[in-house]
Amino acid sequence: METLAFTFDGGRTLPPFAPALVGVVASGNLEVLLEPAQEASCRVVVDTSARGFGAIWEAVLRDFHARHGVAGLLVSIHDMGATPAVVSLRLDQALAAIAGAGEET
Amino acid sequence: MTAIADSPWTRQRTNRAARLARAGTRDKVVPADDIVALLEALIEPGDRVCLEGDNQKQADFLARALTQVSPERVHDLHMVQSVLSLPEHLDLFELGIASRLDFSFSGPQALRLAQLLGAGKLQIGAIHTYLELFGRYFVDLTPKVSLIAAQAADVHGNLYTGPNTEDTPAIVEATAFKSGIVVAQVDEIVERLPRIDIPSDWVDFVVRAPEPAFIEPLFTRDPAQISEIQVLMAMMAIKGIYAEYGVQSLNHGIGFDTAAIELLLPTYGERLGLKGRICRHWALNPHPALIPAIEAGWIESVHSFGSELGMEDYVRARPDVFFTGPDGSLRSNRAYCQAAGHYACDLFIGSTLQMDMMGNSSTATLGRIAGFGGAPNMGADARGRRHASAAWLKAGREARDGLAGSRGTPRGQKLVVQMVETFREHMQPAFVETLDAWKLAEQAAMPLPPIMIYGDDVTHVLTEEGIANLLLCRDDAEREQAIRGVAGFTPAGQKRDRAMVERLRARGVIRRPADLGIDPRDATRNLLAARSMRDLVRASGGLYKPPRRFRNW
Repeated sequence: METLAFTFDGGRTLPPFAPALVGVVASGNLEVLLEPAQEASCRVVVDTSARGFGAIWEAVLRDFHARHGVAGLLVSIHDMGATPAVVSLRLDQALAAIAGAGEET
Repeated sequence: MTAIADSPWTRQRTNRAARLARAGTRDKVVPADDIVALLEALIEPGDRVCLEGDNQKQADFLARALTQVSPERVHDLHMVQSVLSLPEHLDLFELGIASRLDFSFSGPQALRLAQLLGAGKLQIGAIHTYLELFGRYFVDLTPKVSLIAAQAADVHGNLYTGPNTEDTPAIVEATAFKSGIVVAQVDEIVERLPRIDIPSDWVDFVVRAPEPAFIEPLFTRDPAQISEIQVLMAMMAIKGIYAEYGVQSLNHGIGFDTAAIELLLPTYGERLGLKGRICRHWALNPHPALIPAIEAGWIESVHSFGSELGMEDYVRARPDVFFTGPDGSLRSNRAYCQAAGHYACDLFIGSTLQMDMMGNSSTATLGRIAGFGGAPNMGADARGRRHASAAWLKAGREARDGLAGSRGTPRGQKLVVQMVETFREHMQPAFVETLDAWKLAEQAAMPLPPIMIYGDDVTHVLTEEGIANLLLCRDDAEREQAIRGVAGFTPAGQKRDRAMVERLRARGVIRRPADLGIDPRDATRNLLAARSMRDLVRASGGLYKPPRRFRNW
């Protein structure tokens, strides 16, 4: 188990929204929970079963933030060894699940 | 006989007669418990022996028998066979019966083969593609003795090879017509064969094996295991490559990625209006995953390298699609199908374990010698092809646009697509700066690194991040950035030149899902025409009977 935390500044603060949960905690998969946050940033906390991939997590999450430019958001991830492709897909799905927040860039 | 024996032009025939004389007065059909003695009588030290090991069908009884001959009588054999799949295939080298090997594929025995080579127990002549090895059977690797497998024989020695004919005709032809000796193991001996695949006068001895020949169901992929990412990549393949080029004839690799494409044709492909416009003719084993597309009327013809366990009744009921004999069962033939895949198909799509930044790909990993099989024949431009098709011409135009002189001479090109997720299991990056193949070549003293598909044959690299069209790259720097630009978050992908990648994207060299009008969130398993083995059985109207290990209901 490894816990990683990242904060990405900048972006458009999301209007209030109900928390959204997508994915499942299963081998090669992950669960993503999106909740509103007070800060004008995007904060991500990752609990992952695989150690030693901090740099890749940072790159994947930075890319997510760059693509969508969202703030006022807390992202909680429970990961069971998902590949970056699956992580990006789940993040996009989670964001789309929040009404009005899913515009493509 | 003396006159013949003295002739310098008939030594092989004389030698054959001497071997048969040693075998004595045996009938053509020999009992199973006599087989070791027969092999000791027929085989001489140093012989080239083909012990039929195909991709699927194995002459397993004869393989066991060969391991039981006395190494004092039979030794230093030179094995020439396409696949090393059974432990016995390597036991021969450990026991001192064989010492030299020429082959194509050794996936299941890759680790032990590397170990035996390291221990000096064998010498490898070369690792071939299937067609290449079959070719050498008729040039400088003609077998002296071939030990083959068939489904049934009659008392005269005619053979019925059944749906898994595979390599048998190529092996027998080379052996029987060059004064060699052919011994066949069969599952049963019958009064009248359903059809004759090998005539009796090409066969010297037949033995009924106590158990049916081992056949591996290599081409069955349970749709339940196909991921959303594979669905996404399949959507990109169909819309971004198959539709784009109007691909009519093709060959698929055996992975879940390509199974996803097969299962998306009647759903996503149908929605795009592509039925009848793509994927009509196939060089392919009877993949169960193709059943929904066949049932939906997409597929006009399928010629096969081998069969697939459980598909027998389905194939028998669809003779307009598959090649079948007068008895109704599938006729497969690896040599012909490899030729078909090489010369008559517009596209090959397959997967790999590693790809470097020039697009070279390899399934070789350190400590394992796995060989190539047929992928290099499928995944190479057919330089001898002359007939035109829309897909072939378009690929050729893209590769030559703006070039002058000999490099600009108009010709077509085969589409060779490598479909890989950027990370494999356990977060192993599929994109690397240097292939393990280079180190393996050094370790095993190979003349060349065992590259499966050369970068200059690859036309498209497809990952979850996008499609890189290498035909449109004009130099190695562009090619490198096109590949890095779809290599995702792998270290090689993160080393991309972002500005150049954006320029390549603007030119359409790189196309993201969004550029193709594909929203990754639409890539759900609901798009699969079958989502389980049971769905496949249902789609076949109950004709497909999956092997027990794939039955989970």
